[in-house]
Amino acid sequence: MAYELNVNGKVLKADVDPDTPLLWTLRDTLGITGPKFGCGVGQCGACTVHLDGRPIRSCSTPVSAIGAAKITTIEGIGADPVGKKVQAAWAELDVAQCGYCQPGQIMSATALLKSKPKPTDADIDAAMSGNICRCATYNRIRAAIRRASGQPVEA
Amino acid sequence: MTMQLTGASRRDFIQASASAAGLFLSFSIAPKAAAADAGVKPLNAYVRVAPDGIVTIMAKNPEIGQGVKTSLPMLIAEELDVPWENVRIEQADNDPKLYGRQFAGGSMATPLHWEELRRVGAVARAMLIQAAAVAWNCPAGECTTAGGMVIHKVSNRKASYGSLAAQCASVPVPDARTVPVKDPKDYKIIGRATPQYDTARIVTGQPLFGIDVRRPGMLYATYEKAGVFGAKVASCDLAGAKSVKGVRDAFVVEGGTSLSGLLPGVAVVGESWWAARKGREKLATKWADHPTASQSSEGFAKRAVELSGRAPQKVVRNDGDVDQALKAAAKTVKAAYAYPFLAHVPMEPMNCTAEFHPDGKLEIWAPTQNPEGGRQLVAHTLGLQPDDITIHMTRCGGGFGRRLSNDYMVEAAWIARAAKAPVKLVWTREDDIRHDFYRPAGFHFFEGGVDAQGNLVAWQDHFVTFGASPDEPASSAGMAPTEFPARFVPNCRIGVSTMPLGVPTGPLRAPGSNAIAFAVQSYIDELAHAAGADPVAFRLRLLGDQKMVGGAGGYNAERMRGVVRAVAEMSGWGKTKLPPRTGMGVAFHFSHLGYFAEVARVHVGSDGTVKPEKVWVAADVGSQIVNPSGAMNQVQGAVIDGLSHVLFQKVTIENGAVAQNNFYDYPVLRMADAPPVEVKFLKTAYPPTGLGEPALPPALPALCNAIFAATGVRIRELPIQAKLLKA
Repeated sequence: MAYELNVNGKVLKADVDPDTPLLWTLRDTLGITGPKFGCGVGQCGACTVHLDGRPIRSCSTPVSAIGAAKITTIEGIGADPVGKKVQAAWAELDVAQCGYCQPGQIMSATALLKSKPKPTDADIDAAMSGNICRCATYNRIRAAIRRASGQPVEA
Repeated sequence: MTMQLTGASRRDFIQASASAAGLFLSFSIAPKAAAADAGVKPLNAYVRVAPDGIVTIMAKNPEIGQGVKTSLPMLIAEELDVPWENVRIEQADNDPKLYGRQFAGGSMATPLHWEELRRVGAVARAMLIQAAAVAWNCPAGECTTAGGMVIHKVSNRKASYGSLAAQCASVPVPDARTVPVKDPKDYKIIGRATPQYDTARIVTGQPLFGIDVRRPGMLYATYEKAGVFGAKVASCDLAGAKSVKGVRDAFVVEGGTSLSGLLPGVAVVGESWWAARKGREKLATKWADHPTASQSSEGFAKRAVELSGRAPQKVVRNDGDVDQALKAAAKTVKAAYAYPFLAHVPMEPMNCTAEFHPDGKLEIWAPTQNPEGGRQLVAHTLGLQPDDITIHMTRCGGGFGRRLSNDYMVEAAWIARAAKAPVKLVWTREDDIRHDFYRPAGFHFFEGGVDAQGNLVAWQDHFVTFGASPDEPASSAGMAPTEFPARFVPNCRIGVSTMPLGVPTGPLRAPGSNAIAFAVQSYIDELAHAAGADPVAFRLRLLGDQKMVGGAGGYNAERMRGVVRAVAEMSGWGKTKLPPRTGMGVAFHFSHLGYFAEVARVHVGSDGTVKPEKVWVAADVGSQIVNPSGAMNQVQGAVIDGLSHVLFQKVTIENGAVAQNNFYDYPVLRMADAPPVEVKFLKTAYPPTGLGEPALPPALPALCNAIFAATGVRIRELPIQAKLLKA
């Protein structure tokens, strides 16, 4: 099937089977490799992208379910002022260790801050619980979300 | 290319060659052939200086998130005296002739490179000074450097490194052993919190990882193996797989019998990974019977208890008279501890891209911690010459020891050759969890005694582990006979018994220690309570008053006492009034040259839910932290990783295979369970050592001892079971 997908503001054509997950359409067909494969079953969040601004797990979303919705990936989130702030906080606080999960973390954090500009620790726990960081950079992820939202960060 | 020097004397040499991009300085000290030179490590690294002053430094080792792509070049840049802003870092390929051993393991990057890579920078700096001195006809000793410039104050002249680099080809090479290095108080880069070099690319999702590699004409592969390790393919109907749209090929790989080599299986190759995976679902594979198909975790546990009732197969330590000391002890405690197999689950599933060129040479892109091991395995298995194989090291999405084994690399190479196309093999998460090199399970049967004064006077451990015999333990299933508290207890007996195992095992972050510290430091806590002593005071007493125990290279008890006292102070040990069902626990452990003591504070809900509230860490890894930002991240991550072992993680063997599948039945700690981790580095007068691993082991027993303090329930088996902790 030929699909027209709106990815990071561009319309891209992908000829894939309807059951192909969005993740593999992005990665293998369109060469957009920022969203990462971690589990394939929506458990780890490494594949998180935005669909009309909502965070979704692209590994378990078939391409046939996308329709005209706007897809934003880590490659495009910097065009959003909130996404840009989140990326800057991540860089400033040197959040990453291996870095593999961080595109997904940044996408989830950006979605959180767009709906709750000053999240509490409980809000952060709830919004980020779907994203595993195997290197366990959670202390810094929390700090970076607070930094990006203009809240004080403990040293 | 670099000359190989052999012979009786160690010689430093440098090869310098001008190129259009600037000067390429290659430093190498070849290892001596003579036995007297054992322990002399080859020094290899290189620096490029471009005319515009940009200095390119090669990162020699695999980057797995431990930060060496940044921290090792920092060592060179410091002594080269070049501003960090002018530094560019490139990942080296696997090239042991140029770089010596290139691996990520054992927390060895800092101790192996601290001295040598600083000297690489210092030699380059000395040559730039010499080039300037020649040009200015002045003594080199009058020249200094700053900001990427050589300066001659007397004549008020300065020249940029970029302008001098080309002239370095004609200056003599100083001796790396005697070239002056900086006084640490003058460090500008070492000791400064420095973000990882790849940060900007990470936060914008640029392709960095093995799984991101793309080659022209590349196909995608998936590979199915038997759940029972090493079982052969009895039969496989490939027609269903081949009928799936986008599948190019499907074939049986005979494989071998070594569990660390190419195992039997069925490959499916497609135009996309999704197509290959769909094809794999249509495979109808029958696996041959295999002798280890009856093994199970339950069976191992039963057998361990049986063995514990007998004399150990081998007594590896027998100090004093344990039987007499137990008889004479004021109090004795018997306890059995157990821990399960564990998987590594790095976030980036195993993958590798392999491409054969028309001349028969093979090019590989791999997230690997051990590229040379992979090259040798591929060469041996496919019948190739190692020199015909090039391995590009990609950034690794985590390692934790998993990528020291290169099974996925040899699979990719084999499949690419059969498919006659460049192939990217990507494992599923289920493949990863069911085909790991597991942290081995283990069992400790302790008996110990304290005297009336509260001294630990008797220690006995019957360690039941896996292997062909106590002298041939399975990978990462052994225990040194010097393991603490050996040498600190006058009467100490350690026995070992082994069980045969058909499950591959291997190092998991802080191998050995990650399990032993749990058992030993939890049991020491039991003995402290038996003695009626405060757990910190009991430990300090056990650590004695000597500086070194076990002679040179032994256990530095003074350093350990230092971190125990520091963590007690940081955490407010003994001075904090705690709410109900809240407790603090302490533990320490020495591993990977690092001395670590940790305190955990935990709350246990009435339903048995364990909530770690905070962990304090006091660390002694020597005189200097190379990159404080990366160091802090490593320690915090290692501690939280250790808490995951306690709270959740367990791989169960059933019918010879792993029962778990994915993160839903092999959980990893998530944000809401991650406590703040406060870290203090004690600076001591010892050489700097590594940080990837030694922070992990004490976290487990600190948490378990805190749970005991909160509930009175002693955790003797991991992971914890909430039902045992209900109010």
